[in-house]
Amino acid sequence: MLEIAHLTKVYPASHGASGRIHVLDDIGLRVPANQFVCLLGASGCGKTTLLRIVAGLTEADSGSITIQGRTVRGPGNDRSLVFQNYGLLPWRSVLGNVEFGLEVRGMGRRERREISRDYIRRVGLAGFEHHYPHQISGGMQQRVALARAFSKDPKILLMDEPFAAVDMQTRERLQDELLQIWTTMQTTVLFVTHSIEEAIYLGDRVVVMTPRPGRISADVLTGLPRPRSEVDVKSLPRFDELRHAIRQALRHEVDVVTANA
Amino acid sequence: MRDTGGLRLVRSILAGERPNLVRFASLAVTLAVWEWYGRSVDPVFMSYPSAIVAAVPALLSTGELQTAFLASMHSLTIGLGLAIVLGTLTGLLMGRYRLVDQLLDIQISALYSTPNVALIPVIILWFGLGLLSKIVIIFLAAFFPIIVNTYSGVRNISRGHVEVALAEGASEAQIFTKIVVPASLPFITTGIRLAVGRAVVGMVVAEMFTAVVGLGGAIVAYGNAFATDKLFVVIILLAVLGVALTELIRFLERRLAPWKETERAD
Repeated sequence: MLEIAHLTKVYPASHGASGRIHVLDDIGLRVPANQFVCLLGASGCGKTTLLRIVAGLTEADSGSITIQGRTVRGPGNDRSLVFQNYGLLPWRSVLGNVEFGLEVRGMGRRERREISRDYIRRVGLAGFEHHYPHQISGGMQQRVALARAFSKDPKILLMDEPFAAVDMQTRERLQDELLQIWTTMQTTVLFVTHSIEEAIYLGDRVVVMTPRPGRISADVLTGLPRPRSEVDVKSLPRFDELRHAIRQALRHEVDVVTANA
Repeated sequence: MRDTGGLRLVRSILAGERPNLVRFASLAVTLAVWEWYGRSVDPVFMSYPSAIVAAVPALLSTGELQTAFLASMHSLTIGLGLAIVLGTLTGLLMGRYRLVDQLLDIQISALYSTPNVALIPVIILWFGLGLLSKIVIIFLAAFFPIIVNTYSGVRNISRGHVEVALAEGASEAQIFTKIVVPASLPFITTGIRLAVGRAVVGMVVAEMFTAVVGLGGAIVAYGNAFATDKLFVVIILLAVLGVALTELIRFLERRLAPWKETERAD
């Protein structure tokens, strides 16, 4: 279980402006094991900062993060981060990319190759071990990133707007692929997105964040059935309800911000 | 039928669709004109293709061409080799560590901008007329383009790639060897390719101005003896050497950085 308590992050205001920006203001979030949580919000709401703090790439000013009762600081093997555009290293083959995390950890060559090959097979890329990222499709690149993320057997998978840069059709296919692989692996997921539909479609739970100060303004359990690619969840009345409610939550906060500005 | 076929050929030539045919024809015309004109000029001033080809066996049988070539390769290999190793290392450190950059950048820009030839008298004063001077001259010619390219390679590494390593908890040593070095490889090889050209120039100049040996020395000797046909053999050999070395580096670039071609296209 992941528990985030009283997390705060303040940046100095960008040049010229005075004062400080409260990117995250007293954020608290408890995520039970194996839950798929989508962090939703407009740009600047602090969702990516929150994810980076959990990943250990950014330090919080105050507050704590505990995973299964243990306080974490800095990056660790209990968490895997999937970057925007997947963060594959172009000079490494599929196998080289998947084994990268294990290699950094100091695992011996034979052992890490064995584990990596196993995960490559599990994401359906057997036979592509020696291809380079530029030689495979976007969907296959995502699977490489997931194989790398899962190879550490993490408790929490962190994903930073992985589909932000792809077109609608590709995005929908990648979402289904992600869900399918996640079902077989079972981990807790924190998925950052700015798309309402994506958040509802993927998540068990949608956490809505709003900016200045960065706060959680809504926290909704979607209660939609799985597997979602087979049930046509997007045409369920519940999907529309959720979309409406979440849009209201986002819009309301945006109005408040404009009024304050 | 034959007319339309001929017309089609002309059209495709004009459209640039027959590159090898055009190149071959152009080269043949150049050589033919050179041969025709060269034969009408006093051989002291000008040689021509068939005379140059005829001079090759004589040069090979006395062994003078081989000796000159090996002497040149000796200083080129050492000078260029040192420049590649030290230039890459310096560029990597300057690119990654701000302090190293601040310590060296002014000196390096100054030396890079100085015409190499201007330094030759001082180099001879310090290192004499022998092999050492030649190595230093070649080294100075090749060192700076490698540093400068390696440096910009490191500066161009995407923040994302470094963060991939950071997110895995990588140490600075691991980031350096597993991210910084491979990510800047395409820039390093570009630097080496530029350096090779400059090193060959440095080599010839060094051999002309210091103890007269090697291919540069052969040029001076044949020039003084008005052996213009032999002189051209050496010049052509240098041209072939330059092209061969550059192609070798291009081959290595494709082998070492196969991902870069596609990335450039993006």
